[in-house]
Amino acid sequence: MQTLLFLLPQLILFLAAVLVFGIDLVGSNKKKWLPYLALGGALASLAAALYLAMGAALPTEPFLGGMLAIDSFALFFQFFAALVAGVVIISSLGYIRDCTPYLAEFYSLLLLASISITLVAAATDLIMIYVAFELLSITSYILTGYLRDDPKSSEAAVKYFLYGAMASAAMLYGMSLLYGTTGSTNLSSVAGALAGAEASLQWVIFPAIVLLLVGFGFKIAAVPFHQWSPDAYEGAPTPVTAFLSVGPKAAGFAVLMRVLLVALPGFHTDWMALLSALSMMTMTLGNLVAISQKNIKRMLAYSSIAQAGYMLIGVASWDLWQSGSVFDGISGVMFYLLVYLFANLGAFSAVIAFERATGSNKIEDYAGLMQRSPVLASTMIVFLFSLVGIPGTGGFIGKFFIFGAAIRAEFYALVIVAIVTTVISAFYYLNVARYMFFESYSNEETHIKPSLALKIALVVNCVLVLVLGLYAQPFFQLVEKSLEFLHTL
Amino acid sequence: MAVTLYWYLIVAAALFCIGLYGVLSRRNAIGILMGVELMLNAVNINLLAFWRYQTPSVMTGQIFAIFAFTVAAAEAAVGLALVIAIYRNRDTVIIEDINQLKE
Repeated sequence: MQTLLFLLPQLILFLAAVLVFGIDLVGSNKKKWLPYLALGGALASLAAALYLAMGAALPTEPFLGGMLAIDSFALFFQFFAALVAGVVIISSLGYIRDCTPYLAEFYSLLLLASISITLVAAATDLIMIYVAFELLSITSYILTGYLRDDPKSSEAAVKYFLYGAMASAAMLYGMSLLYGTTGSTNLSSVAGALAGAEASLQWVIFPAIVLLLVGFGFKIAAVPFHQWSPDAYEGAPTPVTAFLSVGPKAAGFAVLMRVLLVALPGFHTDWMALLSALSMMTMTLGNLVAISQKNIKRMLAYSSIAQAGYMLIGVASWDLWQSGSVFDGISGVMFYLLVYLFANLGAFSAVIAFERATGSNKIEDYAGLMQRSPVLASTMIVFLFSLVGIPGTGGFIGKFFIFGAAIRAEFYALVIVAIVTTVISAFYYLNVARYMFFESYSNEETHIKPSLALKIALVVNCVLVLVLGLYAQPFFQLVEKSLEFLHTL
Repeated sequence: MAVTLYWYLIVAAALFCIGLYGVLSRRNAIGILMGVELMLNAVNINLLAFWRYQTPSVMTGQIFAIFAFTVAAAEAAVGLALVIAIYRNRDTVIIEDINQLKE
């Protein structure tokens, strides 16, 4: 029973997913209220995660045969997943109803994808990591191709699927090598078996790390495993794009941190070098290609690639002896993820509102948005500022912690690339702002009135981005607390 | 001459490389999917060989292989459904011709 209590957030999400799917099958009438049931499930799961964080003593050992650990790290991502699900459901309410008659399956799959994020973050065994990862992948493929009759949506899904299947096969090969060398799939047993034998096992563990990074790099859209993301982001229904840009990325970082820090700390010089190289390529390519984009969803796709590059700096400059301090790298990544969640979901809520009103995703059509919809333009500018990292927004604090960690680790080349690419990124983010505020628009274009649900999503995200930027202390304590598992290494 | 662990590992590595070559060189979506399946089968050979030679008394390797091919079947089912969807929309499964999404 105690075990089930710890799984309460997942069980609630699962129950909501099954109910939404099941109730839709009963009777023939359309049930317009099912999305609200899904939203209720996400909020209840958030409440359950809060209850676990406040109340009950968390299990110190992984349970269910060593498969899952509900530690504070896993709890952080339970909050995260429930928040993503909640915001995406709110901002998708009108959009999905207009696009397709099949509402229930969409929300059911979205909840299942959120469960898989929490499971990926909690998994402490290679088998569980693989299964949870695939649950996330398969639900994401279906969601991407959800508009069956839209050639773009199908094309996005096929491309996403082909890249994803290859990446997960490579990752699985890496896992099999790890299992073969250590005789165990449990992360801490893997670390125990490897301890002291680093030099002699180098020749097999190094390829295993590379193969694992292919799988994780695919999920976080790091260059050179990023080719799927602009196509998938552009073709997918926009609420799904919002989900894809945040959910799988967070899951990828959660598993990256847990596997590298728990199972492979002895090989940190190897994976730090690999991650630094990945991070440099990701920041440079993401930011440079984003400049030339005309479609805002595609621009945000390259922007999210670039953001993954910044977060990789944090993991690459991790230092065991500094853990717990502000600049230990990992806490910067967790904080950055939180900021990125609100800024990116907010930006996509604005894109959804604009697309619903005008049917366009072209950046040049955002001209004069300040006059056409002050709410949309003024919240969008906050999200863009946060993505650049302008002081006053959460993005600045996130970048400050991450760059600070890299300076402490003396990775000056990484810092220089990061700062130069941040300046470049200001160009294309503020280009959107230029259109919104300074370009004139033809008068026949009507004013835009976002729906109430979208307004709520915009304002809540905007407030949270500003709070994270101006009063970061409590959030930083939350992040610190989430990293307690590092102290037991 | 006794068959040792290395023989299996070499077969698996060769199969993985053949699969990867198929994925990278095929133009047909179904062909790419077949390449992926070869890669996954290489993993299963690896897992079972490691289980038999390294830890025969613990079931972990076998369980992992069972999970791997079960999940791979689910993945293939979804993948083929997506390929059918694109075929209905575009009348082709050649990846280079499916190119509406471009900057």
